[in-house]
Amino acid sequence: MGKTLFEKVWDAHSIKELSNGQTQLLIGTHLIHEVTSPQAFGMLRERGLNVRFPQRTFATVDHIVPTNEMVEPYSDPLAQGMIEELRKNCSDNDITFFDTNTGKQGVVHIVGPEQGITQPGTTIACGDSHTSTHGAFGAIAFGIGTSQVRDVLATQTIALNKLNVRRINVNGELLPGVYAKDVILHIIRILGTNGGTGFAYEYGGDVFDRFSMEERMTVCNMSIEGGARAGYVNPDQVTFDYLKGRKYCPSGSAFDDAVARWKNFASDEDCKYSDVVSINAKDIQPTVTWGINPGQGIGINESIPTIISGETQSDRASIEEALNHMSFEGGSSIKGKKIDVAFLGSCTNGRLSDLQEVAKYIKGMKVAKNVKAIVVPGSQVVASIASAQGLDKIFIDAGFEWRGAGCSMCLAMNPDKLVGNQLCASSSNRNFKGRQGSITGRTLLMSPIMVAAAAIIGEVSDAREVFGF
Amino acid sequence: MSDNLIKFVSGSAVYVPGDDIDTDRIIPARFMKCVTFDGLGEYLFYDVRYSEDGTQRVHNLNDVRFSKASILVSGNNFGCGSSREHAPQSIQKAGYKAVIAGSFAEIFFGNSTNLGVVCVCVNNNDREQISQYIESNPETQLSINLQELKVEIGNLSFACSIKEGARKSLMDGSFDTLNELLQNESEVDLVVGKLNYIEK
Ligand code: SF4
Repeated sequence: MGKTLFEKVWDAHSIKELSNGQTQLLIGTHLIHEVTSPQAFGMLRERGLNVRFPQRTFATVDHIVPTNEMVEPYSDPLAQGMIEELRKNCSDNDITFFDTNTGKQGVVHIVGPEQGITQPGTTIACGDSHTSTHGAFGAIAFGIGTSQVRDVLATQTIALNKLNVRRINVNGELLPGVYAKDVILHIIRILGTNGGTGFAYEYGGDVFDRFSMEERMTVCNMSIEGGARAGYVNPDQVTFDYLKGRKYCPSGSAFDDAVARWKNFASDEDCKYSDVVSINAKDIQPTVTWGINPGQGIGINESIPTIISGETQSDRASIEEALNHMSFEGGSSIKGKKIDVAFLGSCTNGRLSDLQEVAKYIKGMKVAKNVKAIVVPGSQVVASIASAQGLDKIFIDAGFEWRGAGCSMCLAMNPDKLVGNQLCASSSNRNFKGRQGSITGRTLLMSPIMVAAAAIIGEVSDAREVFGF
Repeated sequence: MSDNLIKFVSGSAVYVPGDDIDTDRIIPARFMKCVTFDGLGEYLFYDVRYSEDGTQRVHNLNDVRFSKASILVSGNNFGCGSSREHAPQSIQKAGYKAVIAGSFAEIFFGNSTNLGVVCVCVNNNDREQISQYIESNPETQLSINLQELKVEIGNLSFACSIKEGARKSLMDGSFDTLNELLQNESEVDLVVGKLNYIEK
């Protein structure tokens, strides 16, 4: 019987079974950032250990970088301390660091693929849960904790339990105005925020076959919001075309050899999945979250659930908690909720194609009065290509702030934060209480085009109507 | 192998109600601007304990009756969200030795086990009973017996579960895996040699 990509990559990287039953797995590529790595380097120093394969770790700085302040020292001394610590750890250990002066800095999950570091058939780990993003290339990519960052630095391996694989097919045609972000919000809505526990999600079907690499990354990125530790798409010509010519990819005939190797990692036709879920593309609406976890999403024309609609006591309690936090009334419509902030960016939707798609529609339009709208390119590379294409000007003319690369308002570790109970239309991935920096702040997750529609109308809107799809 | 064998945990407990308690709630991101984990205990559940103006909220975590608690009891999918080890670190640094919940998010569970923070699951009915018992008898010692997979409080006894590998590693003190990982250098080199994308 055939094997899934997950099994092939797992087997190729297995070192041995450990005494606790876990597998010692080789991590081919290790990505680090300033938030979860300094403590790991500290632990290494405490135990007198060295970095075992420094050339297999790559670093960038993203969470704490102020996106409106390019010059150091940053006004926040803690942020300055963190960037300096990373700089020092990288230079002491000969680790490649895409620092802010390299033109390559950005959100770690955007930088890896962009530089061609993320490759099919590899294992990737990073002390960041959205590492699942890299699965878009047919890599098995895990978010890990800091003790495991330490383990990778010291041994290039971690101890892991093998995952089961759930195949998720999305077949048919997506409706106009429905994007990759809607696909993953829909999947999480159906399968739940912990439906993926113990699984890697393998995404496939003709929607994924047609998706660009950037769209595949958007979906894989949020696998973790569905509880799946990893998510991936089998590598194909789209993958190889994306990787060709990128800095850290093999070139010339070595590239062709690599492609031949990479192809072999794709799941075999006769492989067996632990579970299969099939979704009809036509059922997916532009989706918006109304609550405080990413599974609480509805189609733009649906009403917000009422407490009594919850099936179990615990469902009703979580609906109630969400409605209270959001100050929404059960049964009211999501459309028409007045927003205060629009955030376009993050490792989910801060890539070039996200910005291009939005710019195409907002040209000549204006952000509503009273809405603060910001665009944060996911990396310096994205920012510079976008500027070269004149996208920055389109956004600025429309009334958006154009920022430097970083995580920005995806989470509250830099100056970009919600204030009070502001309502934010956000292209990011988490709507947890307090996620965007204010305890009472409120986040609505949606696709970039829906963020743009909300920014322009000043309230949650159906982008298809606003932009005439 | 550490000498730290964890077979049995006991202490008084505090109930933190709710499902899907995410890591942002356990430790808000703004407190992660640090280069060590020291001092994180102070910020555990910060926004659950304090409101925006800094005043204490009414919550079990602020209730003096539970101030000595060293075991947390909570709902389903505890620790979902980010992979930040800051979450179990802050739980441990705040003096908690174990979490009893309906279920755990995977990365959180792994991170916790690695630190020797015991995470066991009980079913919803039992959890209800445990939380009620704690509520009316806050001083009572609760115990988690990993040998027998039992949670006991007062005269009540409940079955609990934990991944077998994690249970074993806690009980034999091998939960911090680094020591064992370090032993297999030559096997690592062998696999590295077979994979053609890793230059040595
Ligand atoms: S953009 Fe958001 S989700 Fe992505 S790495 Fe940064 S903080 Fe995490």
